[in-house]
Parts: sequence; structure tokens; C-alpha cells
Amino acid sequence: MKNPSEEQSSMQEKKGVSRRAFLRGAGLTTAGTVALSAGLLSFKLEDAKAPPAILGPGEAEVRFVVNGQARTIWVEPRTTLAEALREHLSLTGAKVVCDRGSCSACTVWVDGKPVNSCITLAVDVSGREVTTIEGLAQGDELHPVQEAFIEHDASMCGFCTPGMVMSCAALLKRNPNPGLEDVKLATSGNLCRCGTYPKVFEATLAAAKKMKK
Amino acid sequence: MIRCKTSKEIGGMGHSVKRKEDARFIQGKGHYVDDIHLPGMLHMDIVRSPYAYAKIKSINAEEALKIPGVLAVVTGKDLEKYNLHWMPTLMSDTQMVLPTDTVMYQAQEVAAVIATDRYAARDGKEAVIVEYEPMKPVIDPHKSLDPGAPVLRTDKPGKNDNHIWHWEVGDKTATEKIFAEADVVVKEQMHIPRIHVASIETCGCVADYDKVNNHLTMYMTTQAPHAIRTVIALVAGHVGLTEEKIRVVSPDIGGGFGGKVPVYPGYVIAIAVSFLVGKPVKWVEDRSENLQADSFARDYHITAEMAGTKDGKILATRFKILADHGYTDASANPSKFPTGLFSIGTGSYDYGAAFMEADAVYTNKPPGGVAYRCSFRVTEAVHAIERITDRFAFEIGKDPAQLRMENFIKKEDFPWKSPTGWTYDSGDYHAGLLKAMEVVGYEELRKEQAEKRERGELMGIGISTFTEIVGAGPSRDFDILGIKMFDSAEIRVHPTGKAIARFGTKSQGQGHETTYAQIIAEELGIPAEHIQVEEGDTDTAPYGLGTYASRSTPTAGAAAAVAARKLRDKARKIAAYLLEVSEEDLEWEPGKFFVKGAPEKAKTIQEIVFAAYTNHPLGMEAGFEATHYYDPPNLTFPSGAYICVVDIDKETGEIKVRRFVAIDDCGNIINPMIVQGQVHGGLTQGLAPAMYEQLIYDEDGNILNGTFMDYLVPTAVESPNWETGHTVTPSPHHPIGAKGVGESPTVGAPPAIANAIVDALSHLGVTHIDIPITPFKVWKILKEKGVAQ
Ligand code: FES
Ligand code: FES
Repeated sequence: MKNPSEEQSSMQEKKGVSRRAFLRGAGLTTAGTVALSAGLLSFKLEDAKAPPAILGPGEAEVRFVVNGQARTIWVEPRTTLAEALREHLSLTGAKVVCDRGSCSACTVWVDGKPVNSCITLAVDVSGREVTTIEGLAQGDELHPVQEAFIEHDASMCGFCTPGMVMSCAALLKRNPNPGLEDVKLATSGNLCRCGTYPKVFEATLAAAKKMKK
Repeated sequence: MIRCKTSKEIGGMGHSVKRKEDARFIQGKGHYVDDIHLPGMLHMDIVRSPYAYAKIKSINAEEALKIPGVLAVVTGKDLEKYNLHWMPTLMSDTQMVLPTDTVMYQAQEVAAVIATDRYAARDGKEAVIVEYEPMKPVIDPHKSLDPGAPVLRTDKPGKNDNHIWHWEVGDKTATEKIFAEADVVVKEQMHIPRIHVASIETCGCVADYDKVNNHLTMYMTTQAPHAIRTVIALVAGHVGLTEEKIRVVSPDIGGGFGGKVPVYPGYVIAIAVSFLVGKPVKWVEDRSENLQADSFARDYHITAEMAGTKDGKILATRFKILADHGYTDASANPSKFPTGLFSIGTGSYDYGAAFMEADAVYTNKPPGGVAYRCSFRVTEAVHAIERITDRFAFEIGKDPAQLRMENFIKKEDFPWKSPTGWTYDSGDYHAGLLKAMEVVGYEELRKEQAEKRERGELMGIGISTFTEIVGAGPSRDFDILGIKMFDSAEIRVHPTGKAIARFGTKSQGQGHETTYAQIIAEELGIPAEHIQVEEGDTDTAPYGLGTYASRSTPTAGAAAAVAARKLRDKARKIAAYLLEVSEEDLEWEPGKFFVKGAPEKAKTIQEIVFAAYTNHPLGMEAGFEATHYYDPPNLTFPSGAYICVVDIDKETGEIKVRRFVAIDDCGNIINPMIVQGQVHGGLTQGLAPAMYEQLIYDEDGNILNGTFMDYLVPTAVESPNWETGHTVTPSPHHPIGAKGVGESPTVGAPPAIANAIVDALSHLGVTHIDIPITPFKVWKILKEKGVAQ
């Protein structure tokens, strides 16, 4: 007989893999990044101008639109989008929790689609449009999902909240009529240790209703 | 329905006031340690040991220092020069800050790299070459005390084994006698596995030492800023950092759950470096460092026994614990209680004899034993008592709900003295369980289960009726490092009737900014909306021991109420003066004093406060401020009745939580909406160890699941639909009758889930399964029993 911890671990490994596979299959934030770096990206970049074949060593220029404003930064080519936003543009709303695409706390939108900014390179968003939690409200008017998060108490410590809000708001953009299962799926990549999930579901469904009015 | 004494505008107790903190959280404007940028700030990363037990032969920083941006590599030998290479743990054990010769667990800090940015620091860390001489580690705590086991703590003079302490409580002789004579004795071995708090924000700090003024500002992820200030002064006082020169600031915290109570080496190294170079130094650990090196929770091996009569009277319990503390005892218990409040483990049942004992051992695993969302080992205790109670019911063939009903302490028997010496303040356990059974439809579920069994389908119903013990604690028994566990509130009301209130506790998501304001609103009638709550800055907040163990409401919440009442007394005097009547002629209603029998003759609290600054009676102190340090007369004893229903796939072992009903009794409720959120969160954190989480080590001490891809924090998909409800039995000794709630569900949920799963398999002869109960464990049992193909 194997010792129990060995069995546990092989078990957990299996679960781990299947969860990851599940995330991919479900087209969530993690998967979003994968798709973007394959198809969409080359299309947009050609649009802008052909990138140099090799970037670095040394800093590379990234010109992109962040929350509606054109920005230019110079970063090492290995700099992630999360790092660029937080350290170079002082947009600290997106949080870095795992830095490897397993929690979605760093979710921002690239060309309107949610991505994990910790596993997206800043240079890969050249010529594209990035929306962060700081840019979600229209001026002083909160996004309905933000409002619903307050109304339905969907935040506790607040650390996962920016990513959670961006995932939920993205869902409502692609599906104005979501059911509970859709919300669960859309947020299944967003870890919340405080366990706000039931209230996140409630808030998102309420926001959907309100947006249709 | 909760009846509120104040209007919605005032927003006192019982109102679901929206959380004040949310406005910043939902806009990405929360301010956490990693969001802090100071001019000239340096970044620190930490080289960690790949081995669980090894001698360090050499540390070579040559290549690292060649990397652009890398400024320094700090080792234990460097810190030794300042006598900063060791620090005390909160349990008065000792811990290396950085090692000078030996590493004691995998991922232990070995050296620190200081650089101008985070990436350079990480590059530097990769480039430091450390030569080790690995040794055979002690991983299994059961072997730690074997005669041949290597003695791990050779740093402790005269230490010749790996034993840390022995603890016992209860009447051994009486308990043994009952066990010897009882009709029925049941016994199970249980492991409450090593888990991690895994707060979504990891730990970190910015240490900012100002050489010119010899002043340290320490921004850090701590649940107990004042205690930390004192600890820093104790560790670094000898180099001139005395307590008045230290300011600890705990900004927004991304979840704490007990993991942000201890002092980790990273904090101390950051302070040391900032002290030496006179620049701010930021250290934020990454996710794997957090999971691998920061304090773990639980890890108790328990032999649980219950004695009783054939017809179901519980007579006595006996628990024997082996506690694996890893390399050092880095728990965060009150000093007198090495096993925390495990002695609450006699549970909600009325019987006269119990005996509990524990032995703690060192192993080559990360240190800890923190109270993860739990009032110091209550989770372990509740699991043991609730599981063994079910085991007893199974043995004598009695329905577990019925057995509980027959053995509960009766409502009229409170205050109730437990066999281990606690005085339970209040409770109504029968009402709680009855309500839970009604909501879940217990009788029908039992019928359904019987029918399904006939058809060969697997369904289980699990109950947990727990008693918590929170609000540490009364100063006669409770201290941490000698500091009594009171807590504090300071209220200042400005001339225009708006207030700021400061506390010695520190919210990490519990919503204190809202609930504390509500307590003051309740007592003073100033709208909660106009009460600004501040915590976490030791320069401004009154001294307190911080937030953990559900102690905020029982201690600082009580302090708020008492301070507010002091102000109300003053308000009465001023009102009497303004209305030209005697104090006795006045009556209070939230927000104003009026003359008895003449309600039109009244002064609002706002008018009274204004007068305190502009027109106060001669001889009275001007202003409107009060402070209170609250020393609770007793702990509070929240309780709950949880029922879980599971369906199990007999071919795959997959477990589905179909229903989960949680009826909590946390006394009077301050904010029902926030309480519900707390219960949801706690239940999710109870589901986690019951079914998913465990830190796993191989025999060499390698951690096998140190990332979020394999340490399985429940996601939206796993989260069941929690059905919550309440019974209300106020605490008789607490100023507002509240008991605390944050931890009840984490404590109560695991045994309810485990009991449900074991119940589903009980007809196969299964009496116990250790948590986490994974589909694989269940499938193996089904396979063994010939149920799965
Ligand atoms: S921080 Fe990006 S997914 Fe976790
Ligand atoms: S609110 Fe704390 S992790 Fe989600």
C-alpha cells in the first residue's frame, strides 16, 4: 500500500490538472490570455506597425491606450502587464496574488476581453486598448457591477475584488442575460479566500437585471 | 426578525448598513502594502532553502552582485554582528531570522537580496549560490520522539530530544474510572491536517527607517500592529530602536485569518536593512513563499474517546493530542494556553468528566500552529468532539440528532461550568438544532436516505452542533508575551456632531469601519454614516492586541459601547444644564435627551456636543471625547447547529454537497448583512479542509503542493448554496450582548461535512475518514467494500 500522503498528492495532482484543463475549456480569463496571444494579437500588431523581431536586452517601447488615454512606457521586454500597470503607471487596482495565472486577481481587459495581466507581457499589448478597474466607472458614475457589489456586500477584504469585478463586468458585456451557472463559470478562475462567492453571484445577476432596464 | 432600537438614518445595531470600505475596494482604490511606493525605495527578495534539513557550507554572492541593480546580499552572519539573527516567537520559543549554519525546513530564509527593483532582486536571488550538506530530516511527528531521532534544536543548550511541551486538563482519575466502568466506549484516531490560511494577499512590508530622526515607520500586513511594535522594540531596542521611535502602520489587509499575527523573518530582515542603509525597503513574498514558509495551521493528531450508556447518555470524553509544530513553536496562542482553547472540546453536551492531554514536538517542517480563523485550536477540538459524538451514536444505533438533543446542556443550566473549567455564558442548543432540522427537513431526508440505501444509492446527512469560545480574553488568564488581552476604543466627537473613532484592533475584511460605527451610533444616536473609524496606525490608535480569534466585537466592540456610554453620561449632564432641569428628569431616546413627560423639551446629541465646545457648564471639562480599555469579565460562547446533506457517486466517489443549513447563534447582531457574509466566508473556509486542502510533504520534507494550482482553495464552482439562519441568545456579560461570529462557521462546518460523508457510508461499516475527504479516498473505500466496480 502506498502511504496516504503519496496517494493524496497524486490525487491532488490529478485534480489540479483537470481544474486547469477545465479553466481552459471554459473560455475564462486564463483561457482568454491564451487565445489572445495566438490570434488577435498578430492582427492588431500588424495594424500598428511590424514589431522588431527581437526585443531586448534593454528596454522596449510600449505604446498603448490605458483607460482611454494614450500612454507610452519603456519597460524590459519581460515585464508583465500587471507589473507595467502597477509599477510604471501607478495603477495599483489590479492585484498580483499568484503571478502565474491561477487566481485572476490581476484581471484587466485587453481590447474589451478579460485577461490575466500577470501572464501577459506588456510588450504584447502594444497598440491595444487596456481597461483596468480604475477605468471601469464612467466618470463619477460607477459601473452597475460596482454598484451591485456594494449593494449586495460582495466584497470583504477587497483584495480579489478588482479582478472579480472585471470578470463579472466582462461577462455582462458578452452575455447580458446570464444565469447563475454562467456567473459561476465566469468567476471560476477568480479565487476569493474570504468566500464572497454567493454574494458575487447575487450582485452580478442583479447588475444584469439593472442594465437591461 | 431583528428589532432595531435606532432609526434607519442613525443606523445602529441590527441595520444592514452598507459597508463603508466597499467604495474604495470596488474602484481599485484599496490601499494595501504592495501598493505603497516611497521615493528611493529598495526591493528585497529572499533566497530559500531547497532542503528540509541541511548544513550550510557556503553562501556565494559574487555572481548576484554583478547583476545591474543588485546592491547587497544579506546573510545570517551579517545579522549576527548586530545580534539580529534570532527572534522570539509569540510562544516564547525562538526562531532564526537568517541561519548562520543550519537550515531546518524547506523554504526557510537563507539570505536576502537587496536591489533597486523587484525584477533585479529576483534575478539576484537566482544567482546566489548556496552549498548545502543535506541531512536526514525528521518529518513524521510520530517518529520525532523515537530514541534514535536526531535532536533538531541543538541551539537550545541541554536539549536532548524533540519534545516541546506537555499539557493536560481535566480530572484524569474520575475520567478513567468512568471509562473503565462504562457500557460503551468508542475511540477513533483523527488527523486534523496541516493547512494554510492562504489569505489572498501574501505577507509583506515596507520598512522605512529615517536615520536623521532615528525613526522607523513600518508598513506591514499585520493583524496586531501594537503588539508588533512592542515586539520590534524588544528585538531591536538594543540597537537604539526603542518603542517611541517606532510607528507600525497596517493599511488595508487582503485577508489575515490568523496568518498575519506572527512576525516572519522577512519583516525583521527588511527592518535591519532599512536601518543599515537608511532607505525604505519593500518585501512582499510571492504566493509559493507564502504557502511554503509562512505559519501553517492545525496539524493535530488526536485520539478521541467517548464513554456512555447503551441508551445514549454521554458520560465522559478523553482526548490525547500529538501536535506537530515544525521547527519552532510559532503559534499565536495566549501564553497560558499552549494548546489554545482546545479545552472547549467537551462541546455542547452535559456530562461531568473529561481529560485532555497534549504533547508537542519539533519536526523539519515550517513552524507555526496559527489560529486559522479559529479561536486558538477550537477547530481541532470541535472536530474531535463532533466526530466522536457521531461515532457514539452510530455505535449504539441512535439517530445522531436525537442523541444530541438528549445530551445538550439545557438553556436553564447556563451559566454552565464545563468539566475543563470554562463557564459558558449562555446558549440555547435545543432551539438551534430544532431550527436547523426544520429548515433542512430532517425527517424526510432520513426517509429519503433509507429508500436510496435500498436502491444502492449513497446519501448522507451530517450534523455538527458546536460551541465556540471567543473574545480572548479576561486579563486574569489571557496575555500574549505578558501583555493582557484587553482591547480599546477612543471616540472623539467634533463640535458639529461628527465623530472619529479609533481602535486597537485591525480589520482584514470583517467590515469594522461599518460595524464599529454602528455600535457607537446605537449608543450615542449619531448616524453611523458620520462616524469615521480608523485602525492600524500605532501613532494614533489606542493600544490593543489586534484582530483574531473573533475577539474584535467581544473586546473592542465592547470598548466602543462603554466609551460611548461614558459620553452619554456627559451628554446627560450637558442636556440637564441646557434644559435647566435635573439629570434625573431626563430620558434618553437614540439621538436625544428629553424631559420626562415633556418630549418637546429636548436636546439632540448634536446640540449637546456643540455645547460641549461652546457652552459647557462651568467646572466641566470641555470637549467630547472618551477612551475605554475593555477587560472582558468572561469569554463569549457562540454556538451553531449545522446540517449538511451529501450525495456520493458510488462509481467515482465524487461528493456533492446538496444542502448545507447553518443556524448560528452569535448573540445580538450588529449588521445582519455583514454577519451573513462572514458566515458564507467561514463556511467556505470550513468546506476547504473538509474536502480539498492539506499541505503535503514527502519523506524528505519537500512540500508537494505549494502553489494555487495544487493547493486547492475552493472556487465559485465548488461553493455550495449556503442556507443561513440564526437563533439569538445574547451574551449576558457583554455590553451589547454580542458574541462574535467570524469563526463559528470555519469551526463548525468541517465536522458537519465529514459526518455527512461518513453517514453516507456508515452502512458499509465505515466509522471515520480523515479530512480532507477527497473523492479518491471515498472511491478507495467503495472499491474495498465491493461497491464500486
Ligand atoms: S496574479 Fe494573475 S492570475 Fe494570479
Ligand atoms: S474579498 Fe477577500 S479574497 Fe475576496
